[in-house]
Amino acid sequence: MNDPHDTHDHGDHTHGAGHRHPFQPDHDDMLTYPRKLEMAVRELLIEKGIITADEVRKVVEDIESRTPEGGARVVARAWTDPKFKQALLEDGTEACVSMGFEMALYDVKLTVVENTPQVHNLIVCTLCSCYPRMLLGLPPAWYKSRAYRSRAVNEPRAVLREFGLEVPDAVTVRVHDSTADLRYLVLPMRPAGSEDLSEEELTALVTRDSMIGTAVLQPFKAEKEGRKGRSTDAR
Amino acid sequence: MSAAAAIRTAMPEAPAFKQGQSVRVLKVDAPGHIRTPRYIRGKNGVIERFVGFFKNPEELAYGRSGLPMRALYRVRFVQSHVWPDYRGAAADTIDIDLYEHWLQPAKTA
Repeated sequence: MNDPHDTHDHGDHTHGAGHRHPFQPDHDDMLTYPRKLEMAVRELLIEKGIITADEVRKVVEDIESRTPEGGARVVARAWTDPKFKQALLEDGTEACVSMGFEMALYDVKLTVVENTPQVHNLIVCTLCSCYPRMLLGLPPAWYKSRAYRSRAVNEPRAVLREFGLEVPDAVTVRVHDSTADLRYLVLPMRPAGSEDLSEEELTALVTRDSMIGTAVLQPFKAEKEGRKGRSTDAR
Repeated sequence: MSAAAAIRTAMPEAPAFKQGQSVRVLKVDAPGHIRTPRYIRGKNGVIERFVGFFKNPEELAYGRSGLPMRALYRVRFVQSHVWPDYRGAAADTIDIDLYEHWLQPAKTA
């Protein structure tokens, strides 16, 4: 982000006279060729009655409403419900529909790959930026970068190290290049120490990067997380 | 028939490859919206699973019907075979989604 507003710290001064506040640049300033092309095609399609402006708006609204919390809910359900987990690994799309997710808008097959003590999965799209948007929302900028897209396939362990994750040689690194009609989600391993947590509490532990495979979930410690300590007494 | 022509005319009606079968990715230069990454062309892998039949995105991208539907597979490759200078465990793999018209049976050694 180059927008000065994003990094501009307001803590140490007030906006008195003489201080000219930096403007956020108008979004229209970036009328690139692809953007003009998109606008021209969209307006023609609307003019010809093939789609409506409201349909376009609805799709954009749906895309922007998705966040990694969706994926986290799926992961937490898989950890707590073995039947669901089996269904999820067999047909990710169907399993998510059964949880109430609207998947039809995304005409792709969701494929869930499971991390185990023996296998660590990592997701990339070398050709563009295919990403499980229906469960994670829009991809982070680095996921779309040329550096990640090219290096994740040929030196995944070095890339993971840069993300702070050292995968031991005894663990197989399995990269998934989503080149076609599949979208991948990593089912991370359930953190140690989370045995007593509810599905909702587990959902809060699952991070976006753990579902891309660039991170693993750290052991759960009730005190450190500032959560209510759970009784370990026999019930 | 040239390999490129074979790509255009192959019309699978049932998946030609079985899980566990060794396949080789065609080493072909094809123009357009190709979903087979260049780095994997000419490499040998193993069918991890048959995914289903999909409209051919190489055709859909140009406003065509995308028919006939194409069989799509997940194919697993050993990293040290794909990248001769690969640094990592020998068991490391890369799985790629590939359409049947890009695959041929691998000659078994």
